[in-house]
Amino acid sequence: MSANDSRWPGQPDGPNVTHILRPRDAALPGAAETELPRLLAGVHRGGQAASLQAHLNQHGRVTDGRVRQSERSALIELVEQSGLLGRGGGAFPTGRKLRAVAERRRQPVVVANGSEGEPASNKDKLLLTSAPHLVIDGAVLAAAAVGASEAIICVGRDAGGAQAAVTRALDERRRQRIDRIELRLAAVPPRYVAGEESALVNWLNGGPAKPTLVPPRPFERGVSGRPTLVQNVETLAQLALIARRGADWFRAIGTTEQPGSALVTLSGAVARPGVYEIAIGTPLQDLIVVAGGATSQLEAFLVGGYFGTWLPARTALALPLADSALRTADCSLGAGIVMALPADRCGLVETARIVRYLADENAGQCGPCINGLAAIANALNQIVRGNHDQTLEQRLLRWANEITGRGACHHPDGAARLVKSALRTFADELQRHEREGPCRTSKRNVPAPRLLPTPEQSWR
Amino acid sequence: MSVRLRVNPIACEGHGLCAELFPEWVRLDDWGFPIIKPESVPHDLREHAERAVDACPTLALLLAKEHR
Repeated sequence: MSANDSRWPGQPDGPNVTHILRPRDAALPGAAETELPRLLAGVHRGGQAASLQAHLNQHGRVTDGRVRQSERSALIELVEQSGLLGRGGGAFPTGRKLRAVAERRRQPVVVANGSEGEPASNKDKLLLTSAPHLVIDGAVLAAAAVGASEAIICVGRDAGGAQAAVTRALDERRRQRIDRIELRLAAVPPRYVAGEESALVNWLNGGPAKPTLVPPRPFERGVSGRPTLVQNVETLAQLALIARRGADWFRAIGTTEQPGSALVTLSGAVARPGVYEIAIGTPLQDLIVVAGGATSQLEAFLVGGYFGTWLPARTALALPLADSALRTADCSLGAGIVMALPADRCGLVETARIVRYLADENAGQCGPCINGLAAIANALNQIVRGNHDQTLEQRLLRWANEITGRGACHHPDGAARLVKSALRTFADELQRHEREGPCRTSKRNVPAPRLLPTPEQSWR
Repeated sequence: MSVRLRVNPIACEGHGLCAELFPEWVRLDDWGFPIIKPESVPHDLREHAERAVDACPTLALLLAKEHR
């Protein structure tokens, strides 16, 4: 187990652990359209970043004449036809976002968001580390589509490998003079909410990496006051493939509502935790099989990361990894995060740990989030220690409901969703704690509050 | 035209005057921060809403015009 209490045990090891999942029921078995991997083609376990030449050999140049000539509308139409949805967690239609930015009067800026502050996610780091040119291609194409002359590639400050790979890739491209826009790397403060788009824009403008009140949203007024397209790096990499191979190719896998492939970070009690590329809609149990199966009996899954939803293992395994199916369980794929909780660990202790982390990572701006998350974290601590009764449980649920929607960003909403799903999924565990006091895990391992306040510097 | 009462949660410091002046629409959470009804403010209560907006010491409260 990791020494860092804020991290989940079974955190995926290094960013180069890659496995590929082929769709079980692809429409055309063996056809090029349905073949996986797409984004991770040519990426190997422990492999180096693809050089520009290797990248071009793998994926080809962006040769589509239509894209080059009428850079703006043709590419936006293509992305709209593809049905690509944002891969940073929000699942917003990428084409609609491109159009909204393109229609603004001032010249826009493109921000490739690879900050990935979520501890349970590794897919953006993997992509940046192993296929930086695909992400940069996407940023350049998006800039062409919206008429921007500048794109900023944002990478977490603690993601040294990803930063090095992007730096090398940008140098290569500069030497070969292949891009007509200005490209630069920005190393984002390693805070959970720093990747929220208004926080990222605030930081790029010289402020702390904390969310701001919206509207105005970044697409209206962002970096240097200009309309700003903030896109997750996986979204941009998908866009770079769509520009090469078209909308029909993209839609050949995935679901009608959520076409294409997606990167999933799988951690916890599985034989081979890591980043997988799946066809959206692949049943969770297929992913677990490809990951070498569970290493012990499974109790539950956390789907969607620290802002996600706990689902009982049996329910979750049968679900296709697509929002249309997950929605029925008050869940979404989010940024593609799946954590497998083994039966010998206590889901309430894990929830208490995650909520303590989220409480410590609040931006210190909004009263309901500052006070509510701290109170909820403390209440969960009481519960796992076995010092609680019905009234504490009721208060916990009331707090979770009351903080929802009352922050400048969705930080409190995500934490509330996690807590409510824990109370549902671990209802038996909750009763046992109330009846019998702390469980074996909680005696050993209760998260402590941080003793020192977070230095204000770490937000800059 | 209908309006809704909104708070800027970053500017709000939880003074609580809004709940005192407009209890029909605003209650306070366990830490003194306002919980506001999401519905649009009925016409006959508009004056109370405006009084609460004017009284907010951090200018965090506002009446937002409905776009729908």
